This record gives sequence, C-alpha cells and structure tokens, in this order.
Amino acid sequence: MADEPLVLGIETSCDETGVGIVRGTTLLADAVASSVNDHARFGGVVPEIASRAHLEAMVPTIQRALDTAGIKASDLDGIAVTAGPGLAGALLVGVSAAKAYAWALDKPLYGVNHLASHICVDQLEHGRLPSPTMALLVSGGHSSLLLSEDITSDVRPLGATIDDAAGEAFDKVARVLGLGFPGGPVVDRTAREGDRKAIHFPRGLTGKNDPEYDFSFSGLKTAVARWVEAKRRAGEEVPIADVAASFQEAVTDVLTRKAVKACKDNGVDHLMIGGGVAANSRLREMAQQRCDRAGIRLRVPRPGLCTDNGAMVAALGAEMVWRDRAPSAFDLSADSSLPVTEVHVPHTHFHDQAYDALGGGAA
Amino acid sequence: MLLLAFDTATPAVTAAVHDGTAVLAETHQVDARRHGELLLPAIDQVLRAAGVDKHGLTGIAVGVGPGPYTGLRVGLVTAAALGHALDLPVHGVCTLDAIAFQARAEGLAGQPFTVATDARRKEVYWASYDAEGRRTEGPGVDRPAELTPAARSVGAGALLYPDAFPGAHGPEHVSAGALAGFAAAELAAGRELLPNVPLYLRRPDAQVPAGYKAVLPA
Ligand SMILES: [Zn+2]
Repeated sequence: MADEPLVLGIETSCDETGVGIVRGTTLLADAVASSVNDHARFGGVVPEIASRAHLEAMVPTIQRALDTAGIKASDLDGIAVTAGPGLAGALLVGVSAAKAYAWALDKPLYGVNHLASHICVDQLEHGRLPSPTMALLVSGGHSSLLLSEDITSDVRPLGATIDDAAGEAFDKVARVLGLGFPGGPVVDRTAREGDRKAIHFPRGLTGKNDPEYDFSFSGLKTAVARWVEAKRRAGEEVPIADVAASFQEAVTDVLTRKAVKACKDNGVDHLMIGGGVAANSRLREMAQQRCDRAGIRLRVPRPGLCTDNGAMVAALGAEMVWRDRAPSAFDLSADSSLPVTEVHVPHTHFHDQAYDALGGGAA
Repeated sequence: MLLLAFDTATPAVTAAVHDGTAVLAETHQVDARRHGELLLPAIDQVLRAAGVDKHGLTGIAVGVGPGPYTGLRVGLVTAAALGHALDLPVHGVCTLDAIAFQARAEGLAGQPFTVATDARRKEVYWASYDAEGRRTEGPGVDRPAELTPAARSVGAGALLYPDAFPGAHGPEHVSAGALAGFAAAELAAGRELLPNVPLYLRRPDAQVPAGYKAVLPA
C-alpha cells in the first residue's frame, strides 16, 4: 500500500458535515458545512434539523474538498467515515454516502470511531503519534481520558464523565448567563475580562475516594446557576465575566489535573488534548503550564482541527490504510453508541450471506 | 437506457435494474430498521444479477418519499453520491406514484384509487389517482379519518386503517421494479421527473426548550 495513502474522510456525527482529504499525515482539504445557526434558537442541536442539513450538504461538501485538494475522486486510496458514536440519524447520512462513494469508485471503505479520530487528527499537525499516547477528549458530546497504544487498534478508556460532557456545561452556563449558544467560544471570550479567582466553584470528583480519572460537571453547572440566581434575587448585578472566568477555571483545573495525573500514573510522557473544548484558551494555557512542570510533552491541534471535522476521519482512515487494517463491509451500520474500544468496524465476513438473504435475483 | 432504481421510503429496501423495456433484476427485503445496512449490498447484488456493470448505467431513479425520514434519507444520499461518483443523472420519483404504477399493473388500471403508506403517529402518506393513473390529489400526510379515499385503495397505510380504507389491498410497499418502470415510461415520454429532494411533508420536530429553568426552590 502507498506510503502516503490519499484518503477522504466523512464526518456527520453531530451538526457539522465535514469532508477532509489527507495524504499520509498531510492535510490537503478540510471542508465543513455547519447547521449550527439553525440550532442556535433551540439552545442545542436538534437531530432532525442536523440530519436534513447533512443530506443537503453532502455532495457539495465532497466536491469542495476535492477541488481544494486538487485531486480527482478516482485518485483516492480509500474512503473513511465516522461509524459512531453520535446522533443515529446524522451518522446514517454520512455512512450511506461513504458506502456509495467507496462502491462506485471501487475503493476500500473504513468505518471509524469518532473519538479515535479526534486523537488521530493531531498527526496532521505534529506528525505521527507516539506510542503510548494519553488523550484527553473534551467536547459537547464527550469528556474522556483515553490511553492509546495504537490509534488504529488499541484505545483504552481510563475515565469519562459520569454526567454532563464538559462542553455541555459550557452551553448550560452560557444559557444561565444569557450569553447564547454554543457556549464554549462565548464563555472563553467573556472570561478574558473576568477574575478567575473571584468565586470558588466546586471541583467535581476530586475527593480522596472519588474515581481518579472520571469527571462530573453537573454539580458545577448547578452551583453556578444557584450562585447567579442568588445574586439576581438579592437584586445585585451579576458579574458575568467573573462568573464565566471562575467557572472556566474550575473546569480546566479538574481536566488538566486528572489528565496530568493519568500520564504520571501510567508512565506516559505525551498528552494529547482534542475535542471542541480543546479550543478553549484557558485550557490550553493551564495544560501547557502543568505539562511543562511534569515533564510531559503536550500536543494540542489548532482550534479548527479540535472541533468535529472531516480531516480527523481522513487522518484515521489514512492510518488504517498505512497500517494495512481490514476495510469495512458494505453492510457497515451507523452505531450511535459505538464503544471507544472499537476503533474501527472491520469486515464482518457476513456479506456473502447478506447478499443471499436479500433474495430476489434475475427476474 | 439502463436505469438503477431503488427506494427506502417504506419498510422495504428494494433495488432494480431496468433496460427501458423490462426489469432485468430486482431485490426486495422488508426490514424497516436496517435500510442503511441493506441498501448498498442490495444495489451491488442486483447489478450482478442483471449482469450489468455500474459504468454501463445511464441513470439512477430513486424514490423521494414521502416516507419516514431516517430511512428515506438513506436512499436519497446514496442516489446523490452514486450520481456524483459515477457522473449519472438522478431522477426522483414520488414513492406513491411508483406504488400506483404497480397497482395498475396488478389490475387496478381503468379505475380511480388511493395509495396510502404508514406515516406513523396515526397518520398516512397518501395520494389519489384517476382511471388513467394520473395523480389527482396529494401527496399529503393526514389522519386516515380525515380523508375521503377513492373506492379502491392500496398500500400498507390503507391496510393498517381498514375503517378509513374499506377493501384495501396490496401492493403493501413499493417495489423498485415498479419504480424503475414508472421512471422509464416517463423518461421515454419526454417528461421530467422530480429532483432528488425528499418529500418530507412535515416540518422537523424541534421543541424550543422552555426558557432557563430555575434550580432554586421557588
Ligand atoms: Zn466530537
């Protein structure tokens, strides 16, 4: 197989239709069509609206990526797609499209895990991932600590949120403060004007007997809401920037503390941070300081590659081709709760039977 | 003419190849929850069975609904992607028209009738046809009791609500062979088919969260 496989990746697990094209570990195109504005007035992603938008955007986004990369679809060495986890109906649009392209172009199909893709995308920025790599994934849908020996086959979950994802907490706090949706970028911006030590909000699951690598953000979110309401009831003005900064400090403190501890405990000297919340400026700053102090090398992709995108799927697909992993069968299903341990969904050897089971035949 | 036709707007996952004169091969499997898994293998199989290379196709005909959205989109995005990758025109066909075409072939020619499929939530997707097979009403989505269907009716939606559709009978779901036959006849007559755009008929379900909910006891 090619040393530098040329792979197209399709990502539709949430509200972004992402199509990326990579050659080996080089990014050639990263086209995104987002329906985020259609969801804003609902304060969250509406699955049916996302699915409708994916269908409309699919072919134009693919064409845009091919044009940007300056390649023809027939040049590709493979097609990769997010098989899960994510919104079921949204995933299904991407998986169906990927199958059709792979079949029509006679290219291998790789159904890959969204979380592993978030880790693998860093290869486009900082070269091949070392083995092992510790990854902290934080977004509106996930908050996990993952230990990866081989990004195409061996990703182990060490811990995850037991309630809200970190990004969800940002969205909810933004709503409490009347800052709009999505909450991540606006809280980050607002916090820059505030004092992060103004209010000491609770750090979830940091007690002596708490699970070491799990997270909880639900109590923090409630504490912020109570604090703000109490101020409003007392007729006092809410110091919005201070609340945003203090909330953000609590989230990033817990995330970086646990991630650095996980590295030390497991003898891992690389920490990768990915997911939409990795675009947060305070998280990046604090992680850098704590990693420097602990002698850990921090790898964080640029913000545009941290959020959901097609490039990350293409990056993992290219790694699959490079490592000669088995492609997926055409009966690949979209799995909304695909476990992170299933980095890719290979050939099931069922498809001859599936053909037979279809019945029909010559009329 | 070599048409690849498929439809995922009803519980059937069905694909066919049509040469402009007749159906060369057809597959039909009923599994309302597995459109995404079954469609591409079905397409691959039906081309093999017809002995047709995908590069020999001249067009794609796809059922654009109405139908339950998640399954419906599998067919539409597959058609769009195949059309793009193989550089083929994609012709949309109202799924109810394809069922009507089949019903006439099975004996309803010469009389008016209504086609109804299951729209869930106690509603049906429906359309009515005259004795010549022309669509006179619909497609619409309504509660069966609110409709005045023709004396004869077909489709799973009609069978599901016998009070509203007396004397309902098959075909239950769409067959890609009939869809291809309808598309081939329309194209041969020089008529335009529909764009590859879903007939959702309903707005997306989207509840606006009822403001910010207080956590302190009132
Ligand atoms: Zn994500």
